[in-house]
Amino acid sequence: MQDFGEAFGLAFTLVLSGDADLFEIVALSLRVSLSATALACIIGLPLGALLAVTRFRGRGAVLILSNALMGLPPVVVGLIVYLHLSRAGPLGFLGLLYTPAAMIIAQTILITPIVMALSRQVIEDLHGEYADQFRSLVLGRWQMVQALIWDARFSLLTVGLAGFGRAVAEVGAVMIVGGNIDHLTRVMTTAIALETSKGDLALALALGLVLMVIALGVNALVQSLRMTAVRHAYA
Amino acid sequence: MSFKFRSSVATALALALSAGIAAAQDKSIIVQSTTSTANSGLYDYLLPIFEKQTGIQVNVVAVGTGQAIKNAANCDGDVLLVHAKPAEEKFVADGMGVERFDLMYNDFVIVGPDEDPAGVGGMTDAQDSLEKIADSGALFASRGDDSGTHKKEMRLWADTDVDLAAGSGAWYRETGSGMGATLNAGVGMDAYVMTDRATWISFDNKADFEIHVEGDEDLFNQYGVILVNPEKCENVDAASGQAFVDWVISDAGQQAIGDYKLNGQQLFFPNAD
Repeated sequence: MQDFGEAFGLAFTLVLSGDADLFEIVALSLRVSLSATALACIIGLPLGALLAVTRFRGRGAVLILSNALMGLPPVVVGLIVYLHLSRAGPLGFLGLLYTPAAMIIAQTILITPIVMALSRQVIEDLHGEYADQFRSLVLGRWQMVQALIWDARFSLLTVGLAGFGRAVAEVGAVMIVGGNIDHLTRVMTTAIALETSKGDLALALALGLVLMVIALGVNALVQSLRMTAVRHAYA
Repeated sequence: MSFKFRSSVATALALALSAGIAAAQDKSIIVQSTTSTANSGLYDYLLPIFEKQTGIQVNVVAVGTGQAIKNAANCDGDVLLVHAKPAEEKFVADGMGVERFDLMYNDFVIVGPDEDPAGVGGMTDAQDSLEKIADSGALFASRGDDSGTHKKEMRLWADTDVDLAAGSGAWYRETGSGMGATLNAGVGMDAYVMTDRATWISFDNKADFEIHVEGDEDLFNQYGVILVNPEKCENVDAASGQAFVDWVISDAGQQAIGDYKLNGQQLFFPNAD
């Protein structure tokens, strides 16, 4: 239990002393995971909404698949992306392996199914309430999707947060495609894994505490934005 | 709404692109290497000296030797710096590497709990002590990950009469992970572990573990350095990679390797020709 006390002390010392390495790692974690979340929302939200408002043969199978993909193991995503971005792979000519861009790609693939499946559910529920209005307005499918995404925007923020949470917490994918290179691709989770492997459990735990505080901060920020926006929308 | 949507698309794409561009350095190489060298802190000491002299930035990917060789064979690196001589020679023979140079050595030790349930403390013959551990029924934690350390351990076991397959999952525990993770597991279950000395000295979670077996020539751990063949991998920065290889085997590089100390102990012994 001694490690916990030491970890709290270390975490405070690291943050308060303005450790440059720590800030670099935190900044990269945020850059990678926020970029991946943004890309996943751009891809996943419209797809989820489209899936919510359309009926076609095999839709049930697509729903099961998209729900199942929420459980994609990060290490498998990492491996698939590695095999594509490796110099020996089909996209090797891009030279993206061991760069932050490769990490963004891997996390985007990891969390797009989450954004898609959750937003499909949110929008399908909303669509049920709006169905009569849409029929009377004779809207096109794409207009419907846009209107639904806009009206569900506050619920969809939570969907985005779920995706961000998964991205910023995973280690398996970024470890393989990023390589955990110091000052280039080292993020919070890979740094924690490294310190654990060095047996420096207190420092690893301290970094874990910092990561949790950051996740808390991002969630609090989004929550306060959301409350302000809700007040404006219904004022 | 559609305007907002479009601008968010643009923002995200710009973010992703800038991330890619920021990663591009004009002169940098990737060294595929092992967790044992990286965890020891050697690179943190060595690389700034090299970078200052040449302006070439060195990015180290630290994985097990097996994965490092695999990655290099996929052209995902400019230089290979690992410790599994037969596999390295095969890498060169396959045409993937230009030439292999001896670089430095350290040694392996067998660590275990201080009560020493197998009674191997002070033994200097690696095979004898492994047999004794197996016969005593004490636990042994192996890397089990095809790393250089794992390959070395397997060569040592091969000269004994011990049936590892029968003991697997019982007294012989293969963690399938890195040196540090295996040491953590060993400490957690009071199992003997064969580790390179560098990782052991720099390891912070030793608990009541200590070195029981050391000093056998069979525990010698030779590192080699190889430039990935630019004829097989056109992305290899041959000039920068060669500069790195030349430097680490030069007098200056060898001197720097010997100068590196952790807790007052020299970890690596340069022995390039």
